[in-house]
Amino acid sequence: MTAGATSRDPATASAIAADVRAGRRRAADVLDEHLAAIAAREPDVHAFNLVLGDQARSEAEAVDEAVAAGRDPGPLAGVPVAVKDNICTRGVATTCSSRILEGWRPPYDATVVTRLRRAGAVIVGKTNCDEFAMGSSTESSAFGPTRNPHDLTRVPGGSSGGSAAAVAAGFVPVALGSDTGGSIRQPASLCGVVGVKPTYGAVSRYGLVAYASSLDQVGPMAATVADAALVLDVIAGHDPADSTSIPGPRPGVAAALGEGVEGLRVGLVGELTSDAAPDVVARVAAAAAALESAGAKVEDASLPAATYGLAAYYLIAPAEASSNLARYDGVRYGLRVDGSDTDAMFAATRTAGFGPEVKRRIMLGTYALSAGYYDAYYGQAQRVRTLLIRDFEAAFERFDLLLAATSPTTAFPLGAKVDDPLAMYLMDVATIPANLAGIPAMSVPYGAGDDGLPVGVQVLAPALGESLMFRAAAVLERSRR
Amino acid sequence: MAERLTRDDVLKVARLARLHLTEEEVERFTGQLAAVLEHAADLAALDLHDVPPTARPVPLVNVLRADEPRPCLDRDEVLAEAPAAEDGRFRVPPILGEAP
Repeated sequence: MTAGATSRDPATASAIAADVRAGRRRAADVLDEHLAAIAAREPDVHAFNLVLGDQARSEAEAVDEAVAAGRDPGPLAGVPVAVKDNICTRGVATTCSSRILEGWRPPYDATVVTRLRRAGAVIVGKTNCDEFAMGSSTESSAFGPTRNPHDLTRVPGGSSGGSAAAVAAGFVPVALGSDTGGSIRQPASLCGVVGVKPTYGAVSRYGLVAYASSLDQVGPMAATVADAALVLDVIAGHDPADSTSIPGPRPGVAAALGEGVEGLRVGLVGELTSDAAPDVVARVAAAAAALESAGAKVEDASLPAATYGLAAYYLIAPAEASSNLARYDGVRYGLRVDGSDTDAMFAATRTAGFGPEVKRRIMLGTYALSAGYYDAYYGQAQRVRTLLIRDFEAAFERFDLLLAATSPTTAFPLGAKVDDPLAMYLMDVATIPANLAGIPAMSVPYGAGDDGLPVGVQVLAPALGESLMFRAAAVLERSRR
Repeated sequence: MAERLTRDDVLKVARLARLHLTEEEVERFTGQLAAVLEHAADLAALDLHDVPPTARPVPLVNVLRADEPRPCLDRDEVLAEAPAAEDGRFRVPPILGEAP
C-alpha cells in the first residue's frame, strides 16, 4: 500500500518527477515498474477500463529524450497518471463505463489531459467508474465493478472508484477523478487515499463528459497530500474553452503546504458527522484533536440546511443529467440500434445503451422537471441550495475551515446496496453540500475503522480557499506518521 | 405536495426520455423512484417562497470570443466515430416516415 508515504518515498509523484528531471531515473523504467504492478494485481482489482501500454511508452520515451537533450519536461516529468474514463483522450476510447459510448474515440483531449501531458506526465490508462459517474460504489459500470485493494470483497466507493483503487494499489501515484456529489472524496476515503474536489470553476471541465453541469468538477487523487497539490497546480487555472472557468491567475497550493494551522479557526460540522458510524466519528474527533495540537482552535459548527442537502442533490443532479444525457441518441457517436424511423432509433439506442442507474436518474430528472412538478421538486431543491450556501457563508464568518466525516461508513461489501438506490445515495450525505455550494473540499486518510478498513476525514474551505485547505490536510497527514 | 408516483407517471417519463421499459422494469422503477421522491417530500414541505433559487454556485457572465476564423475539430475525424455518415454528414433513419 502506498497510503502514508512520505515525500521522500521514491514511489511518490514528487520523487519520480524530481528524479526524472535530474536524470537519476528514466521515465521509461518508471513506467515499466508501474505496468508490472498493474499486470500483477489488475486482474483482481479491475481499476482500469483500458491500460495504454504502447502509447504510454512513447510518452515516457519522449520525456527521457527531453531530459537527455537538456530540456525540462515539467513538474510531472515521467509521472504515471491514470485518468477517469469520463475524461476525453484524443483517439483513445472514452466510455464513461457505458455501453452507449463503448468504442468511441474522442476527437480531442480534455484540457486537464493536455495540461498533464504538457507537464511531462505519462497517461497509463482510463479508469473504471460508475456509469456516467452515477453511483457511489463503481458497481454501476457496464464493464463490471472495481474491487477495493484493501479487501477485494468490498467496493472501492464511487464513482471514481477505479482511480481511487489504482492509487491505493500502487498502480499509479496519482490519478484524476471527477466529483459531482462526492465521487472523488468518498472513494478516496474508502480506499485510504487523498481526494480533492476543487472550487467550482477552478479546474477546466472542457472534455469532461457532463453529468450535472452546476456540480461537476475534476480533481486529483493521490497517495500523499503533496502529490495531490502537485497535480492540482498543474490542472488548475483559467481555460477559455470552459465558460464556467474562473478567470485570473491564482497562487499554487503546493507552496503553502508547510505553513501549518497555528491560529486557524476550524468548525466541526455536526450535521455532516454525527450520523456517521461511531468508528468514523471517532476518527473525525481524532483529526480535530490533531489540528488543535497543531495550534488551531476547533469548535462546533452548524449547517442547518445540510439536512436537506441529499434530497436537493438527488433532484438537481438527475434533472441536469436528464438534459445532459439527451445527447446520446445514436446520431453522432457511440452505439446505434436501428429503428424504423429516427424516434424509434433514439429509443432503441438509449434503451440498449444505458444501464439501470442511468435510466433511474434520467427518469427521476425528467419527472422533477416535468410540468406540474417543477416547482415542488426542482424549484424547491434550488431554493434549498440557496439556504445551504447562506449556511456556509455564515459558518465561514466564524471559521477559516470546516471539518467533517467524508463517508458515513468504511467500504461496504460488493452487492450490499445495489438493489436499494436510496441506501446507496445516503453514502454521499456528507460530501454533497460542498458541490451544492461550489466550495473546495478534500478527503484525507485518517486511520482505520473497527474493521481495519481506511477512514478519511473531510476538510472544507471557502471558495478558492484551496491553499488553506491543503495546509490543514498536510498537518493531518503529518500527525499520522 | 405531489402525490405518490404511479406506474403511469413512470411510463410517461420513460416515453419523454425515449426509454422502453419492460413490465418488470416498470414495477421496479416505480417503487425505487417513489422511495427517492418520498425522501424529497421533506423539501416540498418547506416554506421557501421568500428564498430565491440558485441555479449554479458561482455567478457567471456570458463568455464570447472574438469572431475570428480558427481551426475547429476535424470533420473526417468526427464523422469517423459516428455510427453512420455519408457525404460529410451524419446519416439518420427517415425523420417523417418517408424515405429520404
